[in-house]
Amino acid sequence: MADLTTEFVGIRSPNPFWLASAPPTDKEYNVRRAFAAGWGGVVWKTLGLDPHCVNVNGPRYGAVWGADRRLLGMNNIELITDRPLEVNLREIKAVKRDWPDRAMVVSLMVPCDEQSWKGILPLVEETGADGVELNFGCPHGMSERGMGSAVGQVPEYIEMVTRWCKQATRMPVIVKLTPNVTDIRAPARAAKAGGADAVSLINTINSITSVNLDTMSPEPMIDGKGTHGGYCGPAVKPIALNMVAEIARDPETCGLPISGIGGVTTWRDAAEFLALGAGNVQCCTVVMTYGFKVVQEMITGLSNWMDDKGYASVADVSGRAVPNVTDWQYLNLNYVAKARIDPDACIGCGRCYAACEDTSHQAIAMKPGRIFEVIDEECVACNLCVNVCPVEGCIEMVPMAAGATDPRTGQVVSPDYANWTTHQNNPAARRAAE
Amino acid sequence: MAHTSQTPGVVSGRLQAEDYARNFCDLHPPLDPHAALVAADRCYFCHDAPCIAACPTEIDIPLFIRQIQTGMPRAAGRTILDANILGGMCARVCPTETLCEGACVRQTAEAKPVEIGRLQRNATDALMAAGPQPYARAASTGFRVAVVGAGPAGLACAHRLALHGHDVAVFDARPKPGGLNEYGIAAYKTPDGFAQAELAWLLGIGGITMHTGVQMGRDLSLAELREDHDAVFLGLGLTGVNALRAEGDALAHVHDAVDFIADLRQAGDKRRIPVGRRVVVIGGGMTAVDAAVQAKLLGAERVTMVYRRTRDRMGASQHELLHAASKGVQVMTGAAPVRLLGDRVVKGVEFAATDPASGAVRPDDHFVLPADQVFKAIGQRLGPAPGGLEIAGGKITVTGPGRSALPDVWAGGDCALGGADLTVTAVAEGRDAAEDIHARLTGAGRIAAE
Ligand SMILES: Cc1cc2nc3c(=O)[nH]c(=O)nc-3n(C[C@H](O)[C@H](O)[C@H](O)COP(=O)(O)OP(=O)(O)OC[C@H]3O[C@@H](n4cnc5c(N)ncnc54)[C@H](O)[C@@H]3O)c2cc1C
Ligand SMILES: Cc1cc2nc3c(=O)[nH]c(=O)nc-3n(C[C@H](O)[C@H](O)[C@H](O)COP(=O)(O)O)c2cc1C
Ligand code: SF4
Repeated sequence: MADLTTEFVGIRSPNPFWLASAPPTDKEYNVRRAFAAGWGGVVWKTLGLDPHCVNVNGPRYGAVWGADRRLLGMNNIELITDRPLEVNLREIKAVKRDWPDRAMVVSLMVPCDEQSWKGILPLVEETGADGVELNFGCPHGMSERGMGSAVGQVPEYIEMVTRWCKQATRMPVIVKLTPNVTDIRAPARAAKAGGADAVSLINTINSITSVNLDTMSPEPMIDGKGTHGGYCGPAVKPIALNMVAEIARDPETCGLPISGIGGVTTWRDAAEFLALGAGNVQCCTVVMTYGFKVVQEMITGLSNWMDDKGYASVADVSGRAVPNVTDWQYLNLNYVAKARIDPDACIGCGRCYAACEDTSHQAIAMKPGRIFEVIDEECVACNLCVNVCPVEGCIEMVPMAAGATDPRTGQVVSPDYANWTTHQNNPAARRAAE
Repeated sequence: MAHTSQTPGVVSGRLQAEDYARNFCDLHPPLDPHAALVAADRCYFCHDAPCIAACPTEIDIPLFIRQIQTGMPRAAGRTILDANILGGMCARVCPTETLCEGACVRQTAEAKPVEIGRLQRNATDALMAAGPQPYARAASTGFRVAVVGAGPAGLACAHRLALHGHDVAVFDARPKPGGLNEYGIAAYKTPDGFAQAELAWLLGIGGITMHTGVQMGRDLSLAELREDHDAVFLGLGLTGVNALRAEGDALAHVHDAVDFIADLRQAGDKRRIPVGRRVVVIGGGMTAVDAAVQAKLLGAERVTMVYRRTRDRMGASQHELLHAASKGVQVMTGAAPVRLLGDRVVKGVEFAATDPASGAVRPDDHFVLPADQVFKAIGQRLGPAPGGLEIAGGKITVTGPGRSALPDVWAGGDCALGGADLTVTAVAEGRDAAEDIHARLTGAGRIAAE
């Protein structure tokens, strides 16, 4: 059996599955039940200074649904905790005392001045918590008050606040990043420069999920008006994965521990975050959708997969795929593939045909009897047919062997690696050669 | 008066009121809105979709399903009705397992097709609930067209002609219009007076006058109709029944299945329909199944459907036979009726076993099934046809979109040669004939032909 125990910035937990700072971790009742269900750790819902925040009293979540009303994406206009600081601290202490083997990290967001940050840290330390997470991510409400993503979007502020915190506490400091920036590497570098023990990402993405066409207002609607909220759930996973990978492979930040967040819904999502460099993962929407029990699927799934692959520990998996993330210019242009449709698996829907014929390369022939065949002379191996085919495994991308002739270009497939940097059509390459 | 399934003879009221209500309620109840979305989500929006090709009226099925899926069942309804004005009835009666759903790629993939029929009902119900039929007539052309037969063929033809601005007079021999929609389709497929409701809705387009109780060949002739109109469409259906060549046909409680079914459809209160304790249905088609199932649902103790040849040659589909079996109907194959037994009232039917290969009866192998009611369902055929028409294979010969041997007479539906005897085929043929008549009358046909 694979060992799922993780040690993340010195914080041990029985598995790499933590609950992200959000409603599921907003109070003792929830967190106790989460631990009982098997969650390895939590990041407590973000604390702030008293007087505590208030929330709207109408709907605070919007949604994007897929087939059968499967929740694909959710957004929220909730603020940080709306309970008194003292109550949260008392509960954190009580839970940590009863669940010493679970990770207890406390998320914080206070005004951007040294006094506020340095003042709250000793209070957290006193609870016995294992670490703090600085919430520089919340994209709505709090940012209007100069906190959350308003800090997270200015690398200098991140560095400054991180440094204050590192000076004031012995606890590990995790910096939670906002994805609402153009280049995620800048805030990550700033966190590292400030002495952060780790970064966690992503927080939610600014969004409007839908517009109510009767009331002509964005959802969720409060008394006829709406505002942008933070988007999360399965829909944001690709964005989060890329940002995690960018930090993991950036020479300036590589090696900085990463807690992966954003759309983790199954063990497979978690494995993907780990592979791209995360040391553990945090989840929110999945439990808000299905309840705490999903962690059982995640634990058994990850463990079985690790057994199958021969990975002994989570650390063994972490970062495995990072070396294979590269820039476009380094992709091998001598790699040639062709789509191949398995006639036995094909159900004859013709979606590949419509997609290729109407919008791509006219590389699929429709023959009498609804037989669909790839025309190798036209196929550029774009993968669109694979994406639209409803039958898994029906269409494959088959690489051509070196030495074979690509009927599309008439060129012999070379066994050598060659990329854009040396390509004849690249003006920069030609200049370098001259 | 308290009868049960065991009461001997032919009596009514074998069941309790709630049993009748349950037995004759919707066979396929409507999808609720959420179930419709879930069902719609399963459609792959196939390219050149095989389901469309499998629909005689070629409804754009993936499009209407997508319209449901995006929350616009009324738009979906319009897509359906554009191709098939009786889309509501077809949603209820089509043997979808052999048509659209049989061709669905998800049938190939998982043996579980998209529920096209029920989705079609969802859309057409939504549209019909939203108000009157949505089509507006073109400006009047002044052309007059007679339609004989107010079944699905005649109605589809009449609606399309009215749409194009022609004045349409429909004649039907029966007291109520609708053809087999009203007198034939099993009660549990179209409960709650749907046939008449749909008809009234359809006639809402205007420009169609309905003359019921008027029989061509008795009350007026084809020649007179041709005299008074610019074109004539015949949607006569099959009003004749094949004779049972067996002794004892005249005994009491021996009926044509179609008459039993028609009575059942017309009975407001199913409790009043008498049914035997032991019922024998002779035949293997859709009519035989419907008679057998409904006899069972009326409370008959034992219903046996007997077909002359092998199961795979039965007209009834596998799906229908399973439905019959699920209601407790016994299906017996390889036996032909020799004589009906009894004096005055029927007491049983003597059958001879048949040879599976040739279908020939074996004189030495006879048996008797006790019966106190017998329904004959050995096929319907064309009633008396007016002169001047060519008849082949017991049907009016037509070419192309229903053109008969007479230049101004078209025919479609069950009475015309070609196509399966189904509601949806009748609609397609009526519609296509209307387009051809319209083209011919307005000259477009002549131009196209040149
Ligand atoms: C018992 C039974 C069950 C069936 N179940 C199904 C089913 O579930 N699904 C399915 O798709 N199909 C079913 N069918 C077949 C379907 O009903 C027919 O294919 C369809 O009704 C044919 O339509 P039509 O317009 O050609 O003829 P009809 O519906 O038969 O209409 C013909 C009309 O013409 C009138 N008429 C005939 N002669 C004259 C005349 N000389 N003068 C004036 N009027 C005349 C008749 O009174 C009748 O109203 C069933 C048929 C039967 C008998
Ligand atoms: C209702 C709601 C409230 C949230 N509140 C906080 C918060 O107080 N502090 C914080 O750091 N992140 C907060 N988040 C962001 C989540 O912790 C997490 O980063 C984000 O939802 C992405 O993960 P997911 O896709 O698994 O939901 C909140 C998310 C939701 C849905
Ligand atoms: S065949 Fe089935 S999946 Fe394809 S378009 Fe028709 S209903 Fe949809």
